[in-house]
Formats: sequence, structure tokens, C-alpha cells
Amino acid sequence: MTPEEIRIKDKDIHAFLEVFSAEGGSASGGEGPLSGKTIAIKDNILFEGHKASAGSKILEGFVAPYDSTVVKKLKDAGALIVGRTNMDEFAMGSSTESSAYGVTKNPHDLERVAGGTSGGSAAAVAAGMVPFAIGSDTGGSIRQPAAFCGVVGLKPTYGRVSRNGLIAYVSSFDQIGPIAKTVSEVETIYNIIKGQDPLDSTTITDDTYLIAKKFNKTIGVPREFVESEGVSDEVKENFEKAVEKFKSLGYSIKEIDLPSLKYALAVYYIIMPAEASSNLARFDGVKYGMHMDGENSIDDYFRTRGAGFGREVRRRIILGTYVLSSGYYDEYYGKAVQARNLITTELRNLFTEVDLMLTPTTPSPAWKIGDKSNSPLEMYLEDIYTVPANITGCPSISVPSGQVGNLPLGILLTADLGREDNLFVAGKEFLGA
Amino acid sequence: MLNLAKLSRIELSDEEAESLSHEFDAILNYVGEVKEVNVKSREVSNKDFALKNILREDTEPHETGLYTEKLLSQAPAREGGYIKVKKIL
Repeated sequence: MTPEEIRIKDKDIHAFLEVFSAEGGSASGGEGPLSGKTIAIKDNILFEGHKASAGSKILEGFVAPYDSTVVKKLKDAGALIVGRTNMDEFAMGSSTESSAYGVTKNPHDLERVAGGTSGGSAAAVAAGMVPFAIGSDTGGSIRQPAAFCGVVGLKPTYGRVSRNGLIAYVSSFDQIGPIAKTVSEVETIYNIIKGQDPLDSTTITDDTYLIAKKFNKTIGVPREFVESEGVSDEVKENFEKAVEKFKSLGYSIKEIDLPSLKYALAVYYIIMPAEASSNLARFDGVKYGMHMDGENSIDDYFRTRGAGFGREVRRRIILGTYVLSSGYYDEYYGKAVQARNLITTELRNLFTEVDLMLTPTTPSPAWKIGDKSNSPLEMYLEDIYTVPANITGCPSISVPSGQVGNLPLGILLTADLGREDNLFVAGKEFLGA
Repeated sequence: MLNLAKLSRIELSDEEAESLSHEFDAILNYVGEVKEVNVKSREVSNKDFALKNILREDTEPHETGLYTEKLLSQAPAREGGYIKVKKIL
């Protein structure tokens, strides 16, 4: 679609915070594998000369002073970056309802959420406004909206894609990845954006993780985890169909037991606010973005941060401050780090026996806008299947697995560190594309 | 709650502090599950953690002032080549 066509189509959906004018776009025109293709980027990824607000009022007016590495690579590949997509404020949420700039609607049902936090990116692809979009995934933020919108979303291995120019949220979880309609297209974008970067010292090389195990078409299903409390019957039914489909494709399915997985969500909701409270200390109304004037210097901070951050962001920063405070540190953060290491060890052991782990992507299909706004904990429980990949760093892909009525559902494949190749093989066979 | 907000440098109304404290009860009750985790060191193997720090020599800086104007132009208040803030001491 042209920028003008996207603007018209987006009136109902609100996937974009800004569609760049043809002249103001990347104007790449370069030759490369993406020549002539359009792509949208999430609002927390810097594109020089364009606004980047991370869905927050506190960054109102902020203009990116440099290109993120991902944007540079996309431009070099010839892609035309057409706009920045809506997201939950600072990537905190599961529905884009915490965006300071309004909610993105699900293209399959405009009364429902598109998921989050990369809800704008997933909706833009699902509605056909762009063939590809870039998101970021801290606890499921690429994969969950991809499932809700019926498209494919990949969170690569931690460190696979440079985060130089990504507005940091949880530095030990954050990872950038692609969203598209097919696994092959996701793989194409992944190959363009991945790679070691001197500007992000957490990036890995192709040799960081030894590829010792040959792909053997074996999938592990953590039965107890899949049937966690609160998972809807439609999801369970859809999941069983997916399991049967993999069997018919010649995969062997192993029932597995990973006892530590039940702690994954609790671990996530301790480490995440802890790191967020530290990363978001930089928004102070002094260096960039919004400034609210107070009586003195410190009062400026209180006013700016009180007014500039939305409710969910305030909640998570304060929660993070609590779990890191002396007296509670060992009890929460210390324990969470231990449990995280245990989950990583258990999951990596599993991958010596199976190639992939299979679960649903979400415990329910997309909910109605506003339905979960009053209960943060209920919203947090939506992340149950997606957080293990962030805690362990493992790559993980959500692939459409059919619909309940008009609402899409997804299945989630997770592989050992460095084994995106296994996700692509199984994902393509499952989807047939 | 108000003390935590103060440590976080966030202005918070009494009303929000009250509702946050209820929400925190529910959240902490849930995440408190991790307290029962008792990890013995032998259960966690170093081979599962391949990442290590990457350092570089502190040399070859970029040309002085190359980004100064771009970055300073984002500041809410500035004076010449400086960011302007209220008196601190």
C-alpha cells in the first residue's frame, strides 16, 4: 500500500502512530533483497529524523538523533520504512491499551485488542498495510499479538539481533524480531537484521552456541504447563489439533515434564519490573522529552515522571523499586534469579532430547477492549506461555493455528539457544508457507 | 507506598497510592511463589550460560562535537553547549 492508502485503511485500526510521507520516509531506493518492499517499525526503534515515543507521553516530541542498527540494515537491504507502529507504553502491557496514544484494534474484530505490546506491528501486517513489520519482545510482545492477529512472529535468540537504538526496557530479556504472514518471510527479515554489532556488546556470533544436535523431528509437549489453570477450552482444543497435525507431518511427540516452568511467570514479573525501574530512571525531563516544571530541581523529576509516565509504567517502576529494596531483595529478586537459572538449565537439558517445545501462544483468544484493564494480575497471566523464552534467551516463534469463530489463535514453538533454523523448518511445514 | 514512589521519583496521588497497594498485594502474592524455589548449585550448570562480557579498548573516539548539536537540540532547556537545570545546591 502507498502511504495514503495506509492512512485510509488505518482509520479503523490505529496500527500506526505515524505514517511517514513519501518524501519523509526512508527514501532508501537502494538495491537489495527488500528493494521496493515496505516495512513498519515499532515506536521504540530509532529512525534518524523521525519521532520515537515508545508509546509514552514522556517522550513526546523526541526525535531520533541516529538510526538504530536494525533500521540501518533494513535500509541497506533496500526496504522503505513507511511508519512507526503503536505499542503499549514502554512495551509494558499485553494489548496496546497502555499506549498514551490510544488502543490498536484487532483487524479480525474491531471491538477486540490486537494484542501487545507490538500490537500495531502485528495489526499492520494482518490488515495488509505492510508485508513486514519489526517488533520487540520482552515477555511475548512479538508472539502474542502475532497470534491474536493471525500472523507469524519471531523472537530470536537473546543477542541475535542488535538492540542498538532500541529504547531499553528489560535489558536481559529484550530482543527485536520480525512479524509477517509466512514463516519464509519472517526468516528473510531475520536473516537481514541479525548479526553481531560492535554497538551492542550483548550480540552473539554464529559460533556462540555450538550446533551439536541434528534436527530429528521431535517435539516436546509440557502437558502440565499447557493445561495450566485459566486456559480456555477453545485453546486446548485448538492445541490438540496442532499436535495431531505435527504427528501427521511425521513428527514424534514426547510428553515432557518441566517442573520449574510453573515459576516462569513469577520470575518474569519480578525481574522485569526490577530492570525496568533501573532502565527508566533516564527519563528525567532534563536530557530529552517532556519537562514539567516544579519548585526545585528534584521536584522537576517528580512532576515530569508523575505526569509523563502512564499508570502501568508507574506501577511497574514502583514494583521494581520494591523488589530491589534492601530487606526484600533476597526474598524476591535473589530468588527469581535462582529460579531463572534453574528454568534455563531444565529447558536446555530438554533440548538434548527433543528439537522443539510446543505450547499454545496464549491461554485465550483476543479479549474485548477494556475487559482486563482493571485487573493488572489477570492481564499478566496472559503471558504464561511466552515468558519462558525470554527468561532463558531461547528463540521462539508463534505460527497461526486456526480460528475460534473469527478470532485467530497461535501455537508457540521454542528451540534451544541459537537454533532458529529448527523453528523455521517446523513452522514452514506446519503452516505450509 | 508513598515512600516507594518517592524513591522512584514519581509524583503519586494518595488515591493512586491506595489502589496500587491493593494491586501490589495481589501481584506480590502471586510472584511470592518463587520463595519456595530452593536451588542447589549442582542443579545449575555453567555450560548452559555461554554469554560473557565483551570489552573493547577505550580508544578511537569519534570526532569531538560530532553529535553535540543533535543531542542538545533534544534538551527541554539549554544554554549554549550546556543543558540547563535549576540550582542544585
